[in-house]
Amino acid sequence: MTRVRDLLLRATNPTATVFVLLVLVFAGVFAMNPGFFEGPSLMAFLKQAAPLVILAAGQYFVIVSGNFDLSVGALVGAQVVIAARLIDGEESRTLPVMIVMVLFGIGVGLVNGLITTALKVQSFITTLGMLMVLYGAIRLWTGGAPTGSLSESFRVFGRMGIEDVPVLGQIPWALLIMIAVGAGSVLLMRTRFGRILMAAGDNERAAALSGARVDTARTIAFVLSGLSATIAGILIGGFAGVSAQVGDGLEFTVITAVVLGGVVLGGGRGSVLAAMAGALVIEALFTLFNQMALPATLRPAVQGAIIIAAVAYAARRRTRPVPTATATPS
Amino acid sequence: MTEVLSMRGIDKAFLGVPVLSSVDLTMNQGEVHALVGENGAGKSTLMKILAGVHTADAGTIELGGRAVSFTHPLQAQHAGVASVFQEFNLLPELTVAENVHLGREPKRRGLIDRRAMIDSTAETLADLGVDDLAPTANVGRLSVAHQQITEIAKALSQGADLICMDEPTAALADAEVELLYRLIGRLRERGTAVLYVSHRLKEIFDLCDRITVLKDGRLVDSVATADITPDDLVAKMVGRRIEAQFPARLPGTETGGTRLKITGGGNDFVDSIDLDVRAGEIVGLAGLQGSGRTEIAEAVFGIAPFTRGTVEVDGTPIRITRPRKAIGAGIALVTEDRKAQGLALWQSVRANARMVLDANARVHSRRRLARVSGLLASLDLVARGEDQEVRFLSGGNQQKVVVAKWLAAEPGIIVLDEPTRGIDVGAKHKLYSVVRELAAEGLAVLLIASELIEVIGLADRIVVLHDGRIAGELPGGATEQQVMAYATGRGPE
Repeated sequence: MTRVRDLLLRATNPTATVFVLLVLVFAGVFAMNPGFFEGPSLMAFLKQAAPLVILAAGQYFVIVSGNFDLSVGALVGAQVVIAARLIDGEESRTLPVMIVMVLFGIGVGLVNGLITTALKVQSFITTLGMLMVLYGAIRLWTGGAPTGSLSESFRVFGRMGIEDVPVLGQIPWALLIMIAVGAGSVLLMRTRFGRILMAAGDNERAAALSGARVDTARTIAFVLSGLSATIAGILIGGFAGVSAQVGDGLEFTVITAVVLGGVVLGGGRGSVLAAMAGALVIEALFTLFNQMALPATLRPAVQGAIIIAAVAYAARRRTRPVPTATATPS
Repeated sequence: MTEVLSMRGIDKAFLGVPVLSSVDLTMNQGEVHALVGENGAGKSTLMKILAGVHTADAGTIELGGRAVSFTHPLQAQHAGVASVFQEFNLLPELTVAENVHLGREPKRRGLIDRRAMIDSTAETLADLGVDDLAPTANVGRLSVAHQQITEIAKALSQGADLICMDEPTAALADAEVELLYRLIGRLRERGTAVLYVSHRLKEIFDLCDRITVLKDGRLVDSVATADITPDDLVAKMVGRRIEAQFPARLPGTETGGTRLKITGGGNDFVDSIDLDVRAGEIVGLAGLQGSGRTEIAEAVFGIAPFTRGTVEVDGTPIRITRPRKAIGAGIALVTEDRKAQGLALWQSVRANARMVLDANARVHSRRRLARVSGLLASLDLVARGEDQEVRFLSGGNQQKVVVAKWLAAEPGIIVLDEPTRGIDVGAKHKLYSVVRELAAEGLAVLLIASELIEVIGLADRIVVLHDGRIAGELPGGATEQQVMAYATGRGPE
């Protein structure tokens, strides 16, 4: 009896819930289309989902430290446009331009972080401003429509993979990059930096009084988010090609994903793995919609409903009386 | 003389801990009545029950002979009880007149009659003998004293027959205190009763007609000021308690060289602080609330640093401008408020216990990390495991996690600010032994506690503060009377 209750309690823990949801949505997809779990189509799904999962990892660092990053969608768009314009079809420019993109991603994260921490502007406003600045600057720079084109070697990351693998067909580079980012993020959260980031989001004052460089840690979180947007930009550019709308609205999708993963807005709680699983749930849900032939225009409404439901769910759990420790006062 | 207030048999407990037991308080018209007692004696609680902030668990309250029972501050206000708390209840963006009439604005044809509001405020102020405060002045720009006058004017204009004042002089300059004296004199002439909660004996003897003494939530005595001397009053306030038992100084504890030395330390809160703590020594900082105890801890730890004077750690002068620097210099601070300042409540016991090591490369080491589990065990921490989130722990166990997090860094100096606040007796005694052990290991310990008995029972030396300065120093084991004599600003016994 207690075991059942224990299990239930654990399954309704916001972090665990997302994995239960993941299984449920995949089951739905499977019911609609049993062929989905065959190697090639599963690989195709993961290739498409990889950018959002990577963005979720980046966003997780920012959210867990007590902030938001609304600028990631615009940054993804900016990176794709920058890549197309600077590479302009020249294979030899691929590597230098990618380095420029990484620096740009770091720079945007740094600016977000410094404005938020040093100037004490709420991150919601800082990154909303950054979103608009990037959006406007890119359109100004390109004169409205993106120019240039990506090189073949640039597009390899988003499109290609290890070919002719038995059963699976292609193992996409995007999937391997996603796994690497995920593993790196999990490991990072187990370092001193990760624990300080978490503590800063939980109780900024306690962390600072313990000697933590709270502002520095939070700024680094923004830089990680900028880097994740850069990687996502490279993958999305490769996968979908160049367009000015490429990152539009992505910030909301990724925040929905992270919240769905049980990461609490305001910081201090949730796991990066669950945040990435949240992104997979969203992508799987979109796949399910496709199979049900629901219009893609329904997506924003569904995202909106999910984000409200997820936060309400987490809030309900928090207001319920907490289970008391078996501990007796000593 | 007419009786305006009669409280009888008031009981109040918070979370099962009795704070007041069968307390009586009677006040007459035009009487200035002092309510005194040590920190935690129940003064504020009694005043808040009268003001309708708290509701008594038992007992009766009569105002002007009518039984009343308040469940909301507004009810007390309507019944003629006004309160001036240390934190004023004023809207800084509004004028004096608007604040005085807040919620009861005079109206003409449905609109606020500004003229009438200003005139009646001017009248009230004139009645109080205040001539340098304009009703149209913006409250946010006023001095603390003028804000206080605004509060009192507001109380009078609400028709209060009884005004409670909680430490009204705490934030006032000397000249402003004079003004308050005059004002209270005027209130007495008008027949308004004043309940005056204060620690300051001089004011009590200057101003008050009667004195009610509380101790540990019980009524000790209620006497006319004329019938008691300051010394007798202090004796009544502190008495002697036998409940607390403190572990003796451990054998082998040696007082070594000076680890922390403050010379002429001062900032906005404290001044002329000369203090040194030697290895193996426990120095107690005593003083009333607001005397600067916590401020010294915060200055030493770099939260609100000293702006004057010098600090030396182990003989080396050092400017501690941030907690990081203090930690790097081997200083630890167990803060007063463990939930707000000490713990990340949603993180595990382990994460909290290693937080200081994680946050400071200068103190981080594998050896120290490996010691954390042992430390927690040696503090007799009761938890389901090191993975348990600290919010599920009892207050005493939470405090042990805070202590562990600092001991993990192996500091040379540890400052404990109210380490036993809100924790159970068992955990208290464990912490007392820990403090003794730390001294035996050669740490310099600076102990701050409101409970005088803790300072007296644990400290080798007691430094007593009054108004941000050191008022005197006493050996450990001094009497509470001696400490209170300095703490209330009266000099040695």
